[in-house]
Amino acid sequence: MAKFEVARRSLVFGVAGVLAAPALPRAQAPAVKLGILQPVTGALSQDGEHGRLGAELAINEINAGGGIRALGGARIEMVFGDARSNPEGGVSEVEKMQAEGVVAIVGGFASPICLAASQAASRYDLPYVVDVGVSDQIVSRGLANTFRFGPGFGVVTSAALDNLVALNDAAGKPSRTVVIVHEDGLFGSGMARLLNAELPKRGFEVLETIAHPTPARDMNNVALRIRSLRPDLVIPSSYYAEFVLLARTMQQQRIRPKGIYCVLNGAASNYRFVREFPDAANLVMDCNHWPDPRKPKTAELRQQVEAQNRFWLYNTPMNYSAVMLVADALERAGRADRAAVIQALAATDGAFTKHIMPYGPTRFVNGQNQAGAPVNTQVQNNDIKVIFPRDFADAQPVYPVTG
Amino acid sequence: MKGALPILAFAVLMGLAPLLVASNVVLNFLVFTLIIALAAQGWNLLGGYGGQYSFGHAAFFGTGAYVTAILQVRYGMNAYPAFTAGIGVAALVGLAIGFLAFRSGLRGSYFALVTLAFAEVFRVLANAAEMTGGAAGILIRLQANPANFQFAERGTFLWVALALVTLALLATLALERSRLGAQLVAVRENEAAAQALGVDVLAVKLRAITLSAAMTGAAGGLYAQYFLYLDANIAYGTWISVEALLAPIVGGAGTVFGPVLGAVILHGLGEATKSLAGSIPGIDLVIFGIVLILVVRFPPRDLPGLLRRRRRA
Amino acid sequence: MGFPPEIILEAVLNGLLTGAVYGLVALGLTLVYGVLHIINFAHGALLTAAMYGAYVARTALGIDPYVAALPLAALFFLLGYAVQRLVIGPASRGKDENILLVTLGLSIVIENLMLAVFRSDTRSIDAPYAMDVVEFGPALLGYPRVVGFGATILVGIALYLLMTRTATGKAIRAVAKERTGAALVGIDVAHIYAVTFGIGTACLAIAAALLLPSFYVSPRVGNAFVLVAFTIVVLGGMGSVVGALLGGLIIGVVESLSGLYLGESLGQIGIFLIFILVLLVRPTGLFGARA
Repeated sequence: MAKFEVARRSLVFGVAGVLAAPALPRAQAPAVKLGILQPVTGALSQDGEHGRLGAELAINEINAGGGIRALGGARIEMVFGDARSNPEGGVSEVEKMQAEGVVAIVGGFASPICLAASQAASRYDLPYVVDVGVSDQIVSRGLANTFRFGPGFGVVTSAALDNLVALNDAAGKPSRTVVIVHEDGLFGSGMARLLNAELPKRGFEVLETIAHPTPARDMNNVALRIRSLRPDLVIPSSYYAEFVLLARTMQQQRIRPKGIYCVLNGAASNYRFVREFPDAANLVMDCNHWPDPRKPKTAELRQQVEAQNRFWLYNTPMNYSAVMLVADALERAGRADRAAVIQALAATDGAFTKHIMPYGPTRFVNGQNQAGAPVNTQVQNNDIKVIFPRDFADAQPVYPVTG
Repeated sequence: MKGALPILAFAVLMGLAPLLVASNVVLNFLVFTLIIALAAQGWNLLGGYGGQYSFGHAAFFGTGAYVTAILQVRYGMNAYPAFTAGIGVAALVGLAIGFLAFRSGLRGSYFALVTLAFAEVFRVLANAAEMTGGAAGILIRLQANPANFQFAERGTFLWVALALVTLALLATLALERSRLGAQLVAVRENEAAAQALGVDVLAVKLRAITLSAAMTGAAGGLYAQYFLYLDANIAYGTWISVEALLAPIVGGAGTVFGPVLGAVILHGLGEATKSLAGSIPGIDLVIFGIVLILVVRFPPRDLPGLLRRRRRA
Repeated sequence: MGFPPEIILEAVLNGLLTGAVYGLVALGLTLVYGVLHIINFAHGALLTAAMYGAYVARTALGIDPYVAALPLAALFFLLGYAVQRLVIGPASRGKDENILLVTLGLSIVIENLMLAVFRSDTRSIDAPYAMDVVEFGPALLGYPRVVGFGATILVGIALYLLMTRTATGKAIRAVAKERTGAALVGIDVAHIYAVTFGIGTACLAIAAALLLPSFYVSPRVGNAFVLVAFTIVVLGGMGSVVGALLGGLIIGVVESLSGLYLGESLGQIGIFLIFILVLLVRPTGLFGARA
């Protein structure tokens, strides 16, 4: 019996050794489980899938590069949970991940899921890194376990406003009148309220604010009103499908404002839109999450994504970066212990450079990365270029749009 | 009261869960299932016993949830009176919708569609209003303390939800035995005949929808206290209207245990198929849908149904 | 808030064009309701499936949606026939609440099958005529929408002729009026049910082909049209073909104008309020005959 046991064990080792040949010396370190939470079914499945892709690519890269060094080369094992596009789904997956013994959770995508899931995780002092969810309520609840690497809503909107003014000033103030088109959810409504309060102070006149539901069946009336108002600028804040409809309808109706300046818009930072409707997409600007174009890793990751026949969306680099952040915290914590990881996350500083977002040196205050910021992109020559801020830009803005 | 024994047995057995099961995965699953069961029990009063199929119980669920949340967050009220007020306002909304719909003599699909439309109106309004936090939603401050109707342990919340479900079961049983219950069933079976026998059909339906709305509103309040976050699509979304009607129909509409049974079957099935999910998203839900159709074809409620029929005989 | 007349005119025209396709979607729903007396929860999912059908025809086979419309309609007729005959009929065993569950189950299956096969991306096609416009006075009307309007009217006429001039149509109407009586005179009720469901599904296929050039498809896209289709069915009177088309046009214009005056977002309420009012005041709808 004992003999047999030994024989079997050596056999198992033998097989494992063959499989894990490149990383042989470190193969014994126990894997670290990392929870990846994304909505891959239901209304948000498009974003969820791209988020998962980013997390997967990061985990593969870490494992291929020898795992977590500080833990003896421990591999990261993904524990994936489908939040099913609702908060209950998120909470139930957090419970499962807790039972599986994950060291941290990354993801959530939508604010309601992030709010509920991070709160559920806080019961276990389980670190939770929000990937996208921009609601400012996420980091204002005093939950010690919750971190957000990207910018919150307040930061995005004020940056969008500042950048718009800077852009317009630099071009000699060609635009004065504005029409705002927004989806009636969290992003759009909050954005419209803020723009309505702030734009007049900065010399713009808001001619009209048009809210639309998601999903919207038709954008002809929105286009009609824009055409009749003849604004210099159109500022849309909508999800992908609605903005594509709007942009195509505007093209069809021959509406050519001096600029289309999107804020947190699903489409103007989406290569599918650029590929499928190059004319409608051309020269559209967006203030949104976007990876840093100057980092070589960005192009490399994009290639990997496109090799899988997927489009390059911001969800992927954001989840990639969030996973890298957790890996970095694990390296610094030196043990796969939740409290230590929380401490390490909170202490993250500019030395963390493995992310690919266009942020300055990382610094967390109450769980929010103070360096998290959006950038302005513009569709130019069938590509998405960063035009603002200048520190990260890889193209000059084309504004005002003529002809 | 005869018939109360199985309910108490259910309560005791389920109440043991937090003592026997340490896994919060299971406890969280049970809590959510109980919340759905409560909402479904509300639907069952009106739909199961009264035969008035509503597609818009979200209107009551959402009202219970929002009132519970808003009174705490905006007016600093304690959670318990807020929760109670939520149930009360939900009942009023039920009465109002019932008054409009039943007075116009809406039945069958027409009643179903009008409730759906009311729920949608509430959803659009809640998404636009300041009071509800609009699209940003409303967040109840996390303060895990029994005084705030928040509990550090999932098991404690399970007991609270279970107590409410047990109350709802007892109330349903009492209704089944009452004059109102008999009249309600009479209306369901043959409205004209009931009227001919002197039943005030409108009054009976109104009482039923008010009770029904109160119960589903209580589920909404519980949801708010458990998840501590609401937005218009959660509170007034069609998902809860569907959950509330699905569970009783699967478990046995117009029976005391139907909604609980249905909720357990549906959510159990959901979890079971979810564990089958591979790397392709959606496959688990495809299986869920297929099993749902099979469940309709070969209903599990035939088991308790058979028992019930035998007892009557 | 006064708008110049040409804006209002254009909004009305937009509403008519959009409303026509709504009417087509509602046509299938109202027909199924009128005959089978069921509320088909799978309607939206079937529309989604049809839109993927048109998408695949275009991207994989290079067939333009307008060309694909008729073959797709035939295909979806068979699909609808089979679904009613093999799934909904046997599984529901004649009980309304079962039909509800079965169609709900079907919608979950179809929606997630689409998600599994096509993934979650929002897809659209770039038809060469998608950006063409038809000038109508000061208004620029998108070519695909004008085509949609014309095709809907044609489908409406064809369906009307089918229902009034053919033996099948007469059988359908007989079953709708009096199913036991129809069975007694030798009409195969199960077959007629399936035929009706098939026709309803075929209408969806045509609607899908008309929508695709100016719209998009994603696994949940059909849901966007379902509530509005219900509204139209109620407005037009459940079971009424003419009612569905006119109801579609009315709802289209109401949506367009209330969107203009209240904003697209709150404008949605306009539709639901009309829906509720019609139900409360005249539940048989504007064109419904039965009480």
